[in-house]
Formats: sequence, structure tokens, C-alpha cells
Amino acid sequence: MSLKETKALEPQLSKAPTGIPGLDEVLLGGIPTGRPTLICGSAGCGKTLLGMTFLVNGATQFGEPGIFVSFEETSQDLADNVASLGFDVAGLIAAKKLAIDHIRIERSEFEEAGDYDLEGLFVRLGYAIDQIGAKRVVLDTIEALFSNLANETILRSELRRLFGWLKERGLTTIITGERGQGTLTRNGIEEYVSDCVILLDNRVEDQVTTRRLRIVKYRGSAHGTNEYPFLMDDQGITVVPLSSAGLDHRVSDDVVSTGVPGLDAMLGPGGIYRGSSVLISGVAGSGKTILSASFVAAACARGERCMFFSAEESAEQLIRNVGSAGIALRPYLESGLLRFETKRPTSFGFEMHLAHMQRELDRFQPTVVIVDPVTGFRGPDSEVHALLLRMLDMLKVRGITTFFTSLTSSSDRLAQNDFGLSSLMDSWIFLVDIESNGERNRGLYVLKSRGMSHSNQIREYLLTNSGVTLVEAYLGASGVLTGSARLAMEAQGRVESQRQLEDIARRRREIESQRAATERQIAELHAQIKAQDVEIAGLASREERRETVFESDRAAMGASRGVHANGADKTLAVIQKSPDPHISV
Amino acid sequence: MDGHYNLRLYVAGQTPKSLVAIANLKNLCETHLAGRHSVEIIDLIRQPHLASMDHIFALPTLVRRLPEPLKRIIGDLSRTERVLRGLDIEARCPS
Repeated sequence: MSLKETKALEPQLSKAPTGIPGLDEVLLGGIPTGRPTLICGSAGCGKTLLGMTFLVNGATQFGEPGIFVSFEETSQDLADNVASLGFDVAGLIAAKKLAIDHIRIERSEFEEAGDYDLEGLFVRLGYAIDQIGAKRVVLDTIEALFSNLANETILRSELRRLFGWLKERGLTTIITGERGQGTLTRNGIEEYVSDCVILLDNRVEDQVTTRRLRIVKYRGSAHGTNEYPFLMDDQGITVVPLSSAGLDHRVSDDVVSTGVPGLDAMLGPGGIYRGSSVLISGVAGSGKTILSASFVAAACARGERCMFFSAEESAEQLIRNVGSAGIALRPYLESGLLRFETKRPTSFGFEMHLAHMQRELDRFQPTVVIVDPVTGFRGPDSEVHALLLRMLDMLKVRGITTFFTSLTSSSDRLAQNDFGLSSLMDSWIFLVDIESNGERNRGLYVLKSRGMSHSNQIREYLLTNSGVTLVEAYLGASGVLTGSARLAMEAQGRVESQRQLEDIARRRREIESQRAATERQIAELHAQIKAQDVEIAGLASREERRETVFESDRAAMGASRGVHANGADKTLAVIQKSPDPHISV
Repeated sequence: MDGHYNLRLYVAGQTPKSLVAIANLKNLCETHLAGRHSVEIIDLIRQPHLASMDHIFALPTLVRRLPEPLKRIIGDLSRTERVLRGLDIEARCPS
């Protein structure tokens, strides 16, 4: 059952919020009002800090003054210890919102001579409570009494009375106790405090410390039952209820650019869905970080808040390196849109990494997150897988668009170890090395992208001083052509087109000359027709003349027979000697 | 004044333990500190602010303010030898 679900079933038990991020969530509101709560754990677990935070938050946030009864540290030490967290203990004391009473019990400083009770403690407490109208009390740690008072019978009955008295007065109390062997507290004081018990734990596994918190019991209330990691650093205590978010997160139809136009073009909608997760796998030096940085730069340019979890490079180094690829991240860092979190994967346990990440996500509220690289997390595969799954859930449930980079040892994607991450990712972009013709070139392809069509091409890309640039694909007989092979192909293409242009020109010239020849032929034919016309005209006149000669012959014949025979012979000779000049072709 | 005992007994109201303690102290002073002691009885019910001054947590508590150093004895003072040890008083043979 998740925390949210149990919240709805929660009966109205009055609770006092601790104001500690995450803890109230786990407690479903806070610790029981007017009742004692036991916080136990071994030395250095953060019991005192938790108690002090409870009081300071009560005084500053919830208007409930509080008394810190210290059996170990002096008031001054306590104030100094929490000053680095921004707690102004002296100021709160002056404002009568907080009181610290150091009850010094040192065995060597007194003698027990007869029957006694701890009424002195009650008197002091009662007096301090009345002075500031306290609603909250912390007793840290009452177990100091056990080592300093010889008469345990008196002590036990007095403790029972004390807790009863605190309850009667309606004081919300935190009692701290030292963890015992096989018991919650060394002296078994948990038997007097039965309302709420919180256990703090500080485990070291493989030389890495993980702090965890668990609600052992909470009478009359549901509560988170898991062990929750918590952080204790310069920002105080943060409990991180790492829940498995399940798969009910909302999805977005918004498409955001990857920052690389060529890559956007390979994806159906022109980018990736907001809130989706993208895995970039590639060998060393394939440009995974630069590709991620391109995405960050594009997101920041849109005004989105980005968080870069870098496990390998410091912020400065990363900015410099991607700057050489023309991606300027510094302005965004300075304007507060971009934040780097640089932590070595080995510096914490997995839980702490998650806890840290969750706190930073909640604090910075980014919409884009880069985890570079996820392969930095080393450990048993199942644990790493669980870590990444929870990380992914954490990001998904917040609707954060995420780029994970993953280092692969070879271009063969089947040979690489991705902790089964690839199946969890929405999009998987693979950066490969293409080795041929004595050179190594970079190829990019979209292996999968849920919910969208995408190109199936392997595209060559270049890391230039203006970012990642995809170049046009050249497909040869043996696959995609890259590098000089592509250049050769391109040059060949240029020669080819030049040749084609020349071909066309030549063809045009040929056709033009043919056309000229044809026109010449047409002119000759015209001339022929003309000549034939002339001939026809000549033939007509000859026929006419022949008619005349015939007539005159007939006349001459008539004359020879009678009058003009000589004249007729002369005319016939003239006609035979005049050939027509036009008929010569 | 050398050898003078300034004692202060903290009690809370007229409880049986308080009364026993007062009686025991009176008896003890008469026996061992005759003429060289002053005793102040403080009821914390009436003066609760005094409790933290002498680091009182158990009641009754007897505080030896003088001679220095400060000494504390908790309990109803019924175990005389412990009281005497706590107050650094040489046990004298009862007269």
C-alpha cells in the first residue's frame, strides 16, 4: 500500500508535524500530539539533530515553543552544533520560543544516601514549560540516567511516572534512546513509550554508509512501513520516502526538440515527447555528453529548468568541454536555469544517491534531467537495475524529460551491459563507430522510440564546433557510407551530374544542327518546286509556239504547194536552236 | 570561617521523603556538626527556578556549598555513613 492510499484511510489522530522534509509524509502527518515518541538508534545516527530540528521547526513554523532537555551536551554545544544549519538557537531562546536545559548527572559528583525520586527533574521541566508555554519537549537522551544512577528500580518507576506526566500535560515529546543489543534501546525504555517508535539506522556496506529510518510502530495510525533513506548534511535532515511510483504517471503529447535538428528530423513528430526517457548508448568518445548538452542547451533556451547529474566530469570541466563543441551552458548556469550535481557514483550507496537525487529534484524542480552516465553505477546487476528503475520512476512521476547516457564497450549492442535499462526507456539512440577504409566515423541511429515513427537510417554525424551535425546519408552497396567513402561518393556524384549537363548540351547542339540541315532541305525543295514551275511554264510556251509553227508550217506547206514554201523552213530551224536556260538542275 | 558547613537541602513539598530527610539532616548536624553549620531548606514547589542552579534532578538533595568543593548527596539521608562520606565528615564515635 502506498503512502497516498493509506492517507485516505487515516482516522483523525491529532499529529504534530516535525517539519522535517519527508518524515511527515512517512508519518502521515507527524508524531502523535501530546504523546511521547521514542527515537532510537546507535551513536551518530542523528537522534539529537532530529530532536533539535523538531523543536526549532515547531518554534519557527508551527508556533509551538519547545524545551530541549539535554543529559549529555551542554546548551552551548547544542547551539553550536546546529548553527551551521541556520538554526538561530540563541535568538529563539531570547524570544522565549525555545529553552535548553542541560541536566548534568555525573556519578562521581554525588552520593546516593537513601530513598529518593526524580521530582527535581519534574520541577525543572515543569518550570521551564511554564516559562515559555512549551508544547514540545525533547529528552536527549534519558538513558544517561541509567549509567549514572545506581538504583534502577527507582529510575524505572520514575521514568514511567515521567512519561505519564508528560502525556497528562499534553506535551508532544521526543525521547531519544541508544540502540541496544537485540533491543530497540539499551535499557528497554521502549516499554514505557508505546505510542510511536522511530528507529534510525546507519549501516556501512562496502565501506559506504547509508542512513535509514523506519517507523517501528505508531499506535492508532497507519504509517509508511519501509526503511526510508535519509540524508543528514548541511541542509539538515531530509527523509526520502522512495516509493515505487508504479505506472500511473500522466503522459504528455508535447514534443520537445532534442537540440539537434538532424535528429529531430529522424523522429516522427520532430522531437521527443515531454516527460519521456531517452537512453543514449555509445562507446567512449562517441559524443554522448555533447548530445545531452545539446538537449540541455535547447531546453534552457526554451526557458526550462535543467539538472545535470554528472558522475564523471566536474561542472567546470563539462562546461569547458561542451563549449568546445559550440554549446554554451555557462549563461544558463549563471541565470539559474541549469544546475549541476556532480557526485561520484562510489561516494554513496545507491539509496543515498536516490535520496539525494529526490531531494534535489524536489528542491530545484527541473523539467529536464541528464544522468551522465548511468553505467557509472557499479554493483550487482539486480541492485543496479533496481536503482535505475526507481530513478526512472522518480523522474517519470514528476514528468521530467530525461536523457540517460550509457557507455558501451563495443558497437555491438547485444554485447553491452545496460542492466536491462533499454527496455525501460522510451527512446533509445545508439551511437556507433563505423570503421572502414582505414578510418573511424560516427554513426547515429534511433533504435526505438515509443509512440512515434522514426527513421531507420544510420546517419553519420559530426561533432563540429557548432554542436552535433547530422550529415546526409549515403547508402552504398555494403551499407551506409561514411567519412571519405561518403566524400568519394559525393565527388563521384558531382562528376556524374557534370557529365549529364555536358551530355545535354551536346545533345542540344546535335539537334540544332539537325534542325538546320532540315531547314536547308526545305529551302532546296522549295527551289525545286520553283524550278519545276518554271519548267512547266516553259513547256506551255513551247507548246504554244509549236502550235504557231504548226500553223505556219501548214501555211508554208500551203504556200509550197502554192505561195510561201522557203519562209516556213527558216522558222522551224530557229525553234530547234533555242534551249530553255531554266531547265538545267 | 574554617570548618564551617553551609548546607542546603532541596525538597519538594511536605512529602514523607522530605520529612524523613529533614529529620535525618537535623539529627546528623547535631551529632557531627554541632556549632559549625548552617542549613537552608529550599522547597522547590515554591521556588522552582532554583532547581537548575544546583543541577537538581533527584529529590531530596543535600548540597554542601561550603567548604569547597561543592558536594551533592541525593536521597533521604537515611544511610548515615554515606552521607558522612559524601560530606567528607570524619565519622566520630557516637558520644
